[in-house]
Amino acid sequence: MTTNRGSKREISLVVNGERRTVRAYPMERLLDVLREQLSLTGTKEGCGEGECGACSVLLDGELVDSCLIPVAQAEGAQILTIEGVAENSRSNALGEAFLECGGAQCGICTPGMIVAAVHLLDRSSAPTREDIREALSGNLCRCTGYLQILEAVAEAARRTAAR
Amino acid sequence: MRSDPSDYEFAAPATLQDAVKLLAEEPKAWLPIAGGTDVMVQFAAGTLRARKLLSIWNLPELRRIEVLPNEIRIGAASTYTDLRGHEVVQAEFSLLARAASWTGGIANQNRGTLGGNIVNASPAADSLPALLAYEGELVLSSARGERRVPYVNFHTGYKEMQLAPDELIRAVCLPRHFRGYLSYARKVGARKAQAISKVCMAALGRREKGEIRDVRIALGSVAPIPMRLRETERVLEGRRLETDTIARARRAAVAETRPIDDIRSTARYRAAVVGNLVVEFLQMLGGLNHHE
Amino acid sequence: MSGSQTEHIVGSSTPRKEGRDKVRGRARYIDDLSFPNMLYGATVRSRIPRGNIKSIQFGAGIAWDEFVVVSAKDIPGKNYIALMENDQPCLAESTVNHPEEAILLLAHSDRHRLPEAVKAISIEYEPLRAVFTIEDSERKDPIIWKADNTFKSFLIEKGNVDSVWAQADYIVEGEYSTGAQEQLYIETNGVIAQFDRDRGITVWGSLQCPYYVHKALMTLCGLPEHKVRVVQTETGGAFGGKEEYPSMIAAHASLLAMKSGRPVKIIYDRGEDMAATTKRHPSRTRHRTAVSKEGKILGGEIELVIDGGAYLTLSPVVLSRATIHAGGPYYWPHVRIRTKAVATNAPPHGAFRGFGAPQALFAMERHMDRIARTVGVSPVEIRRSNFLRPGQTTTTEQVIDEPIDLGNLLDRALKLADYDGKRERFAKENQSGPQKKGVGIAAFLHGAGFTGSGERYLNSVVGVEGSADGGVRILVSSTEFGQGTNTVLCQIAAEALGLPYEEVTIARPDTMEVPNSGPTVASRTAMVVGKLVASAALGLKQTLVAAGMLKEAYTAEEFGAACRSYVSAHGSLRSFARYESPEGIFWDDQKYRGEAYAAFAWAIYVAEVAVDLATYSARVEDFVALQEIGRVMNPVLARGQILGGVAQGIGFALYEKVEWHDGRMANSQMTNYIIPTAADVPPIRVFFDELGNRHGAFGAKGIGELPMDGPAPAIVNAIEDALGIPFDTVPLLPESIFEGVVASRANQTDSLAGVR
Repeated sequence: MTTNRGSKREISLVVNGERRTVRAYPMERLLDVLREQLSLTGTKEGCGEGECGACSVLLDGELVDSCLIPVAQAEGAQILTIEGVAENSRSNALGEAFLECGGAQCGICTPGMIVAAVHLLDRSSAPTREDIREALSGNLCRCTGYLQILEAVAEAARRTAAR
Repeated sequence: MRSDPSDYEFAAPATLQDAVKLLAEEPKAWLPIAGGTDVMVQFAAGTLRARKLLSIWNLPELRRIEVLPNEIRIGAASTYTDLRGHEVVQAEFSLLARAASWTGGIANQNRGTLGGNIVNASPAADSLPALLAYEGELVLSSARGERRVPYVNFHTGYKEMQLAPDELIRAVCLPRHFRGYLSYARKVGARKAQAISKVCMAALGRREKGEIRDVRIALGSVAPIPMRLRETERVLEGRRLETDTIARARRAAVAETRPIDDIRSTARYRAAVVGNLVVEFLQMLGGLNHHE
Repeated sequence: MSGSQTEHIVGSSTPRKEGRDKVRGRARYIDDLSFPNMLYGATVRSRIPRGNIKSIQFGAGIAWDEFVVVSAKDIPGKNYIALMENDQPCLAESTVNHPEEAILLLAHSDRHRLPEAVKAISIEYEPLRAVFTIEDSERKDPIIWKADNTFKSFLIEKGNVDSVWAQADYIVEGEYSTGAQEQLYIETNGVIAQFDRDRGITVWGSLQCPYYVHKALMTLCGLPEHKVRVVQTETGGAFGGKEEYPSMIAAHASLLAMKSGRPVKIIYDRGEDMAATTKRHPSRTRHRTAVSKEGKILGGEIELVIDGGAYLTLSPVVLSRATIHAGGPYYWPHVRIRTKAVATNAPPHGAFRGFGAPQALFAMERHMDRIARTVGVSPVEIRRSNFLRPGQTTTTEQVIDEPIDLGNLLDRALKLADYDGKRERFAKENQSGPQKKGVGIAAFLHGAGFTGSGERYLNSVVGVEGSADGGVRILVSSTEFGQGTNTVLCQIAAEALGLPYEEVTIARPDTMEVPNSGPTVASRTAMVVGKLVASAALGLKQTLVAAGMLKEAYTAEEFGAACRSYVSAHGSLRSFARYESPEGIFWDDQKYRGEAYAAFAWAIYVAEVAVDLATYSARVEDFVALQEIGRVMNPVLARGQILGGVAQGIGFALYEKVEWHDGRMANSQMTNYIIPTAADVPPIRVFFDELGNRHGAFGAKGIGELPMDGPAPAIVNAIEDALGIPFDTVPLLPESIFEGVVASRANQTDSLAGVR
């Protein structure tokens, strides 16, 4: 057991499939470590209080708000960010569907929305409209009114199942 | 972000024993942090007073749900997702499963914990009325040993509770004797998802030969701590569900609660809604509607 | 209908130009950028609504020598944000006029050190009495702005309204209010500024109008035009909230950059953004209408007041639009419209999608339902018999000269919404059960572009460039912030030149690179700027044809080759088009009479609402949005605009309440300022009609703001239909519905008691 007052420590994580080690204060937010130290700026800050979901990532396969996670608690974890999603061809169906269905307008909520959708489609290959709504209800969007996002996720699910 | 991460000390012990040892050494210095859904919001807002954080997120003793013949023992660091997904919680403790499903969105449910909800003790906490209705017991651990406290006695005032500075909640124990009870849960918030509740109700009871038995009505957001409507329950015990009884129960419920005006809602509104929800519960109990 | 030839780019759902980067997380917003040697900035703000600054103390425990500190004394030019009036300081000097007003600026290389430093500055004030409501301001006690607290007023008089009262069978009165609304773009305000003695100031930021910021910085920094450069970065939502406000944050970052000699980044956190920046103007409208027993409007008076906050900023323009839209899509033979914008000690209110029209149209559409009930005519018939018809004049005496048939539009909307079927069903269902349902209508119009002579004053210029690689690039200061500027303007250029959409790109709005095509506001981009893009594109083609490098008919390859030849021969290939105001448009700024807008879009919205009788909360269950918008430029984008606007309108109606404590927004967090989530939006069914528009590119009218106008009145009308109780204020929260239900029961009991 270690206690380090005001000093950085080495924290090891797997980010988008790659092992990374960062030097950070334990209470640095996972969001800030991803964005600033690992230059993965796709994950956004919208509120800093776990309400908007713009900072959503997958941590050990679970959808979480990275603005609420001290990086020390992510020691040894597998993190998936939007950059990792974009590289994966299965998850690319989501990106394509968002483009075709108008799921992205200003784009700032889009990374979080797509990560939340990945989390859903990892668990459910034929989600209902209600399932999709619930899965995305922690991601706020101000531009789209949500409907084209829900349609994009449904379309991506259909295409993925069809493969 | 209004805090400086370099100002904080952070410990992540591997076992519960190590954690309570640290608390024993410096009881008022360490703030336990589990999923962080409350602590990190304060941290970002610059209002977190503690400077030493004790991470209990990964303690195996706190993150298991044990099913015993007479009770279910829920580790305090069980998340809302853990609760929602557990067979026995769904089947026998639906008030708690429902409350877990409407606490925040999926991301919050993956990190928020039952123990955290209890010690953060927001008057609006969603799970706490369910624990009052089921009359759970808390297992509290410290370097001095373990003790059990009936949950109904745990909260003593706004953000005050029967938890010594060197103690952690280890588990929440719920008795498995609610087969045959009808349950009713409803949260009234500003929107359908991700809302802090204005009124939150968890109730259960039985009907035997047309008479109401062992009814428990618990509420959040209408007093500094979650509360049971004892007077209303007394009015109902052994009665038949008639218009007159329902009207008296409504009046008793409205009289018992102490809602306030705050940034989210008004006292008058909360009081009226409490009355309506009690009526809705009783109508369900009487088979008069099919509202959950 | 629209266009004489078959268009296949305009009118199709070409993919969003910058969409691929957005879905891959590669789009770079201002906080994603970092410069070497960069400092972070923070703002020290007033805690009181009004008062004199007596002293400023820098507390102990902070290494102040590590910080850059800027006060008003450091301003090289003039201490105000140049916009319309020179009353808003960049930094308060001796007095403050609203909570959160900026007083000092700090910068440090470690952003985590700033919050503590801000807290360590203690400012002592001599508080002065402040004004917080429209009524307080009207009482002029105290006077907080110029002579009488009034930023601006307008008067429209048509016909002879004093003559109508005697002939009226009914005189219907009503008062309607709307509250403040926060834009809540998911990306907060942010900028990076850099200063260099030779190049001057450069600012990158999240903004709508680079040339507004440019103008403000010239005045603030005392720099000439070519020594200020403003670059828009990918912007995560704006809705008007980044129309004028960015000049302030850019000014702050620039001052810190000038003083320190280093780049400075300022990003507001959510709490600061909500509390300190602009919101929709609260409003109060009073109607008094003379009506015949058949339900025909004979004439009336409309009095509308908006709360502008502490400084003038854009209030006169918001007021202008509210004034012109106050009469709705109806024929007023006689009308007097008196409006004013008044000052209060709140942070200045500003642009938000709709810009005065949602406020005015909420009142008008609620009032139509009130008139209907008073006269005993249905909400459908009251509208039908008063709709403007082609050949008739609006309240500003603009002749409706397009074949719009609002009665037909109304019928179609009602059919799509199953209005009659639902009302019949609900009348039965509402007699028992846990909820009551109702249906409500809103009929409205929205003028696109700047008012009257505004477009001429803007004098917009657009460029189209042919590049050495054979592609075509659009040069405009019009910005993308989700609404589709990049996509639609590229579609227009591609269509105009007969090139593939993929061959056309659009330059980043950088004042050093692009001409001033006007601000990205007022639903003007597709219509006005788009038309100039088409002209400039054709100009480009003509240049190539005149140079003998291109025939009149050509393939895309031939066009590319011609560009390449021209550029290698002449160095560059650019064509510019400047706005020309159409013939025969007249507008009298004094009497506020004439052609207010080049084009109106028209709409009928129908809302189905359910009110839960246990919780008094109203939920929209179904929504029909039918609008005539000239031309659908891109179906997916157009539908997206309406869906998003309706969702914001639902928020305006039912969820979004600003809690004011002495001029400060107390609920400045996303957890307690409530917008709809994916779980809250109903099915929203969107339909378009296209009548074309000779003043707009390919027949386009503006659509960005239109959808904001209809939802609130349609929803509140539906709630009245459900409960039989009228509500005249938005946002309408369950607590207010509850109070209305209680009051209405009390009235019923009283009247019954009287009978007994």
